[in-house]
Amino acid sequence: MAICPEAKRAGLAVGMTLADSRARIPDLWVEEMDARGDATLLDRIAEDCDRFSPVVMIDAPDGLLLDITGCDHIFGGEANLRRTFSTRMKRAGLHVRTVIASAADTGRALARFGRIAIVPPGEEAKAVRSLPIAALGLAEADRLAISRAGLKTIGALADRPSMTFAARFGEKMTLRLRRIQGLAHPPLEARREIPMLWVERRFPEPIGRVEDVESVLFELGQEACTQLGERREGGRVFEASLFRADGAVRRLVIETGRPMRDAATLLRLFRERLDALADPIDPGFGFDLIRLAIPHADPLDALQPGLDGHAVEVDEVADLTDRLSVRFSAERVLRFLPANSHDPDRAVQAVPASFNPLTSDVWPMPEREEAPLRPLHMFNPPQPIRITMAEVPDGPPRIFFWRRKEYVVVRAEGPDRIAPEWWLQPGAASRDYYRIEDASGRRFWLFRAGAYSRETPEPPWFMQGVFA
Amino acid sequence: MSRLERGSSAAPSDRFSTGSAQIDAALQGGLNRGALHEIFAAQTADEPSAAGFGVMLAIRASAKRPVVWVRQDFVGVEMGEIYAPGIAELGLSPDRLILVRARDGPAVLRAGEEAARCPPLGAVIIEPWGAPKALDLVASRRLALSAARSNVPLFMVRAGAQPEPSAALTRWRIRTALSTPLEADAPGHPAFNVELLRDRAGAAGRNWIVEWDRDSRVFKDRIGDRIGDRISEAIPSLSGGVVPVPAGGPPDPGARRAV
Repeated sequence: MAICPEAKRAGLAVGMTLADSRARIPDLWVEEMDARGDATLLDRIAEDCDRFSPVVMIDAPDGLLLDITGCDHIFGGEANLRRTFSTRMKRAGLHVRTVIASAADTGRALARFGRIAIVPPGEEAKAVRSLPIAALGLAEADRLAISRAGLKTIGALADRPSMTFAARFGEKMTLRLRRIQGLAHPPLEARREIPMLWVERRFPEPIGRVEDVESVLFELGQEACTQLGERREGGRVFEASLFRADGAVRRLVIETGRPMRDAATLLRLFRERLDALADPIDPGFGFDLIRLAIPHADPLDALQPGLDGHAVEVDEVADLTDRLSVRFSAERVLRFLPANSHDPDRAVQAVPASFNPLTSDVWPMPEREEAPLRPLHMFNPPQPIRITMAEVPDGPPRIFFWRRKEYVVVRAEGPDRIAPEWWLQPGAASRDYYRIEDASGRRFWLFRAGAYSRETPEPPWFMQGVFA
Repeated sequence: MSRLERGSSAAPSDRFSTGSAQIDAALQGGLNRGALHEIFAAQTADEPSAAGFGVMLAIRASAKRPVVWVRQDFVGVEMGEIYAPGIAELGLSPDRLILVRARDGPAVLRAGEEAARCPPLGAVIIEPWGAPKALDLVASRRLALSAARSNVPLFMVRAGAQPEPSAALTRWRIRTALSTPLEADAPGHPAFNVELLRDRAGAAGRNWIVEWDRDSRVFKDRIGDRIGDRISEAIPSLSGGVVPVPAGGPPDPGARRAV
């Protein structure tokens, strides 16, 4: 439940019944609480707050925590950062209370219960002294119990030995007390992964042209790649965040198959990504901040000047698969690995090419002088065919129908019995495969599901694949 | 653009042989490497052979280099999905194959062009479905130009399409041919009736029957072959200006089994 400032002035308070409130103000405007809507809004605000610091945490249901360590100087100090922040939120029509403190819990308590805006370092315990017990965020029963003991403020609580409270209310309460005083720092869980490296540009005049965005991305790429070079690393994931002046944030993520730190290649990948967007980037009134973050990097030694020709070519092919993967998605740029299964459907595994560099000797070569035993094209699932004539009941068909056409078999080889992998498909029939050729030379791979028996007098036939 | 095209075709020495003496002779030494080559199937049922012919040309052209195959999703739905062990059976190790699954015609062209600009590749196969609107003369010129600049051959397998004007240097029509049987009348090696529909550099309208020898990765002529003769009778006569299969030298029964 929440009330607006006007309602507060009129004497309403959170926790009153609706009937009571209506009695005081007959034309009260009441809205059903929309928890999901609130959460969505908070998330959008958090997204925009990324512009102040890449480390943003959601403090549900109505708070945000920003780790501004090292960020305030960009805005000209903490006071200016706080002012910029508040102005931005006010312009968006939001009422916010902002506190800057060295400990997250001190800040969140002061924002909700206190009046201090900026807590000087080391004065957290002092700042929270006058706060009510409720600021601890304890269960209602515990809060009441402490109040009944005559303790009204955090300060009063802090003056007593913590042992007594620990015995009565548990370790949790003393821990909360320590945190709110800035004596203990719980690990913070950032809303988004904290990148290991990021660079950014702010623009007093928002930019909107794609060319400008690209040239900024290139400059940022150069900076980031230089830093990666100093660390002897290459990025595996690159994320560009485009912050619109009106609060919307657009993110472009690129993953590469190998660690990479070449600004020109990076720009080409971003161009592919921009080009492939189903909904083009809408700059609105322009972007006023562009950030390039590298959430993930791997070791990459300095490029050797005498890199041999083959390595350069391998790199060029890897660049191509990266570009194609960025454009068409990694699931569409594939390569094949053999899988250890005799089931034809499971004998091969398609994996993203960009994360699986080309190999040289994974696939066995077929036996010499044999004709191809496996087809070029496979139907999955296999397509049913109708046998109109067979020489012997359990031999290959003589004439069959497939896709409304009749095929007269002139050559056949088989059966090649492939038992099902019973541990995967219990109860599946074994398959008798035949390589057959029709009168015009069309070569097919057929199978009969199950053997002839009293139970299955007419086992069904299927088209599994077609040879070249 | 036409000037560039003319300029690019000025390197006739860079050709790769098909292995078939007759086809190579007709092509004056082999197929041009930095060019676009189109492959059609005579009938729907010949599509796998047309794709297979494309793979085989890619094997001939690429030596040990990587091959990129761009395929429109719908081709897989109609013709069956590419099966890596089957590609290995033709002599192209899936170790060096990259498959790009493209949603539609424009995506096929886009990916194909991008790949064709990558010089370290051995060959690029692209397989759009039917005649996508995007595949006009300008688009095929762009493909041909990319291939010419990088010297990477581009084989366009035209599933479900009819020949129309394009910038392709050569155009082929493939019909499956009856194989030479192995022991116990088992189906043999891939055999095709290969028709050269168009060759910008020379004579066209000829056809040959060839078999693919996977072990040595060459096409082999099947000349004066008894089975070959039977095929020419069995199949309906090919449309327009087809020179009959020339009889070259005495039939050698031993050579056939050695395939």
